[in-house]
Amino acid sequence: MTTSWQHRREARNARIEAGAKLARGKIVEARDASSLMEAVIRPGDRVCLEGDNQKQADVLSAALLAVDRSKVSDLHMVQSGVVLPEHLDLYDHGVAKKLDFAYSGPQSARIATMLFGGRIELGAVHTYLELFARYFIDLTPNVALIAAVSADRDGNLYTGPNTEDTPTIVEATAFKDGIVIAQVNEIVDKVPRVDIPGDRVQFVVKADKPFFVEPLFTRDPAAITETQILTAMLAIKGVYAPYGVRRLNHGIGFNTAAIELLLPTYGENLGLKGKVATHFALNPHPALIPAIESGWVEQIHSFGSEVGMDDYIRARSDIFFTGPDGSLRSNRAFCQVAGLYACDMFIGSTLQIDLQGNSSTVTTSRIAGFGGAPNMGADARGRRHPSEPWLQAGREADPETSALLRRGRKLVVQIGETFGDKNAPLFVEELDALALAKKLNLELAPVMIYGDDVTHIITEEGIANLLLCRDADEREQAIRGVAGYTEVGRGRDKTMFQRLRERGVIRRPEDLGIDPLDADRRMLAARSIKDLVRWSGGLYAPPPQFRNW
Amino acid sequence: MEDLSFSHKARQRAVGTKNMAIIGVVASGNLEVLAERVLPDTECLVEIKTAAEGFGDVWDAVVADFVERTSPGGLKFSINDGGARPDTVSLRLAQAVRLMEEDDQ
Repeated sequence: MTTSWQHRREARNARIEAGAKLARGKIVEARDASSLMEAVIRPGDRVCLEGDNQKQADVLSAALLAVDRSKVSDLHMVQSGVVLPEHLDLYDHGVAKKLDFAYSGPQSARIATMLFGGRIELGAVHTYLELFARYFIDLTPNVALIAAVSADRDGNLYTGPNTEDTPTIVEATAFKDGIVIAQVNEIVDKVPRVDIPGDRVQFVVKADKPFFVEPLFTRDPAAITETQILTAMLAIKGVYAPYGVRRLNHGIGFNTAAIELLLPTYGENLGLKGKVATHFALNPHPALIPAIESGWVEQIHSFGSEVGMDDYIRARSDIFFTGPDGSLRSNRAFCQVAGLYACDMFIGSTLQIDLQGNSSTVTTSRIAGFGGAPNMGADARGRRHPSEPWLQAGREADPETSALLRRGRKLVVQIGETFGDKNAPLFVEELDALALAKKLNLELAPVMIYGDDVTHIITEEGIANLLLCRDADEREQAIRGVAGYTEVGRGRDKTMFQRLRERGVIRRPEDLGIDPLDADRRMLAARSIKDLVRWSGGLYAPPPQFRNW
Repeated sequence: MEDLSFSHKARQRAVGTKNMAIIGVVASGNLEVLAERVLPDTECLVEIKTAAEGFGDVWDAVVADFVERTSPGGLKFSINDGGARPDTVSLRLAQAVRLMEEDDQ
């Protein structure tokens, strides 16, 4: 008797054959999408439903929700983003049972309730890069449901500017005996460019509406406060300039939007053009338009796109990665790797920071997931190429070790105001994430960035350089020293504060020659969305919710 | 509403000759500060009407640091607060002192 080593391939072929009955070639009508899933998905399958913090395979997710439960049930969903209500309805309907994911943004409250009520069996909460990695090791999908802009009759896909996770999902699924089903906005004779080759795609569903994309990276300059401008000035003069940070990633908060809008004004006055912030791993932030137009930025690689930026990107192909068709080619996995290994700094906001410098965006009633920040905001222990900022940070952290054997350090900067929304303090004795972990019996508290990776904390009170702290006590006092009037801040030791300030561990605005009264909205290169449109020469087309003129 | 009042000794007289200045707006998360040069040169008074109750010790700390940093001797500050965060309070107080430094026309 001969042993077969191709069971999986045979099983896949049988599934394709069953699905083909509903298709004309590879094309399946939207009304038959649920029947297609009943034909190719088996109970208990691992299914990747494409959805991240931006684009969503929303037609396929609705179709999956509508399957006959006697045919498709107890699925193990492995997906970047749990974003649409339908993603969680799957568990209420018994279609899905287990979940491994990375980001849950708008569903963060409901997902916490469902986990607590035992409605969802949780695998783990990941960063994007971790989940992608597991697609190739122990979470390989049996079926992937993905989204693209257009397809030809052979199944070649054009993803448009929002390529994002698609190539990674397809790679893991198609080459390990899985089935790829794509929803597309239109079927065309020839796609503008081939983002996914057709032989990796088994079925194409013509959607009755374009896939949904969330404008997650648009910050209205009109909402930037004077305090945020002050933190941005501190960052530029106190971190970007002394380390000469050229390769970096920005978070999506208002503080980093303020930095982007201060580069052509404040940064220019400091003589920093060409010396800092030239190469980015970054989505196409509209707030970066004035810096790009002023010649600050040389190159940007993007995780995804941003609503309204397509024409601008197309016209600025010197800066962005674009295909032969002219539109942006984004790639979340590659950009995450770029942020981890090729950037010298991550700077972003958070909701809570504890006395060790651990930070979290979790509150007791929400599980927002991690997304990409932990990859950006982590020292890459496998990094081996030197750069001046990386070496300088390494020197500050460890002056004793000989230069040839000393590791560099990535600059991981947390920036924010000491009090956030509704006067919630940024600094806390204990992260809410711990209470949540106890409540849900998690083995790990959801910490966004671990304290030992954080190098600087910037608030309106100044900059704490944690690289220069020599023990846990100094570290705690450095953090308290920039915590302002929060309870943590008021609990500082005044003598220790002075000593740390003399050593430059803590630097207040006046220590850097910054007058808080200069933090004025007139310093922003753009003060409204309309200003950004003007800077772009009319190429930026903001989504309706950001148009107020 | 809560009324708070903090009286401090100041190291020196506030610079300038202006007698009165007003800055900020009474709005949610913001505040209005009226500064008047009406006290002896070594005294400073800050009177607060705030919409957010129970933050007396934070106000105490913010005002003490403000007096320490800017030494606004001779000035009385009247604050109408709409629940501003401490960073905004510090900023408006400093802006008020800056306005008082200007020469009176």
